[in-house]
Amino acid sequence: MKLEIKKIEPLLPPVGNEQWIEGSVSTKIGKVGKIKTKLDWKDTLGGFKVRWGMNRMNYRIEPGIYAAGNPSPDSPVLVSANYKLTFDILRKNLSGIDAWVLILDTKGVNVWCAAGKGTFGTKELVNRIKKVHLEKIVSHNTLILPQLGAVGVSAFETAKKSGFKVVYGPVRADDLSEYLKNGLQKTEKMSRVFFHLKDRLAVVPIELVGTKKIFIILSALCVLFELISTQVFGAAFWKDYALFMGGILSGAVLTPILLPLIPFRSFALKGFLMGTIWVSFFTYFFLPHLPLPFAADFLLTASVSSYLAVNFTGATTFTSLSGVKKELKIGLPLMLGGFGIGIILKLLIRLLVLS
Amino acid sequence: MKYLKTITLELNSQKCIGCRMCLEVCPHQVFGFENKKAFIKNKDQCMECGACDKNCPVHAISAGKGVGCAAAVINGMLRKTEPSCDCGNGNGGCCG
Repeated sequence: MKLEIKKIEPLLPPVGNEQWIEGSVSTKIGKVGKIKTKLDWKDTLGGFKVRWGMNRMNYRIEPGIYAAGNPSPDSPVLVSANYKLTFDILRKNLSGIDAWVLILDTKGVNVWCAAGKGTFGTKELVNRIKKVHLEKIVSHNTLILPQLGAVGVSAFETAKKSGFKVVYGPVRADDLSEYLKNGLQKTEKMSRVFFHLKDRLAVVPIELVGTKKIFIILSALCVLFELISTQVFGAAFWKDYALFMGGILSGAVLTPILLPLIPFRSFALKGFLMGTIWVSFFTYFFLPHLPLPFAADFLLTASVSSYLAVNFTGATTFTSLSGVKKELKIGLPLMLGGFGIGIILKLLIRLLVLS
Repeated sequence: MKYLKTITLELNSQKCIGCRMCLEVCPHQVFGFENKKAFIKNKDQCMECGACDKNCPVHAISAGKGVGCAAAVINGMLRKTEPSCDCGNGNGGCCG
């Protein structure tokens, strides 16, 4: 007699020996890995690293079905992405909750971004439901998705293709417990996306890491300006360096932090303003007050700051594609032009005046 | 916080069946509800994420869907494609 063993993922023992699995929960078709709802130092360290861009593209868990608490066939099914940072935020909010957790293969990208790219989408959801035989694990047909998953998932198409009804839960996992207690009722706060200071601070490190190309270009320019002037690696070099690095910081750090306080809706203008304030401040205190050198420094610094500020749109929760396109269409030629003219001016000044 | 007034969101109220799905999925409460139909209340708040468009069962909404990300738009410009978060490394990651 041949026993047919259907593989469901992750059947225990799980694929690796993940430190965030503890035991298992039995179902009709096999054992499902039970997840810990407390994070340990490894999770914290991993989260810190990806915030700084380390191992960020490869911070993922195995897609499939997991259990939180001691779920029964009547327990709710929560759907999420296989980015470990997302998964960790979800599971630390599941303490005291009995639920099934269905993890889609989003290639290690968070729910909202993956939904935008389509990997957190109807097709993957329907496939994953079939792959884990969800209908044999639960006795109902309701799936709770994070609200932002709606960007990639179509509820009515999912119902048509899988028989499962999609309900869009709260945006943030920390509202899940209240949402489940309220009988799947969302408050306004649960369904709104915010961009508070702490949210902006969380993305500042990755913005900073993202400036490395510009950092290298500007560093090289500082060396170039220095090589063609008389004194080598003197005060002028370090002043250039401080000025330009300040330009990077005003676009990639200061603009994101002060975002709502800076006038203008356009990010290019916000960054331009911050860059202008920085170069004015620096010139006033540390550089000779001469129009032409100031013009060169201003063009270089304000363009860099403006460019980096526009790049921050990707990390925000409220900028639109049409708006970003408009900013770039008008702004990019000005930034590139300003940057180019700034370099030429600076070179000419160093060559001719030998300052 | 509000962004530029370039929003392409449109709602055809004749097609609307009043299912409230758009109100449910919108992260910025762009929609209101009156006389058994949805209407656009805060167009300025829209970020063109496309969730309403995707989940409208009668296709009454068009949202010019896409990510408002400069890196993605520049990526698209360089490769002459639609805005894309992929760096072309094939594993579907994001450039950040």
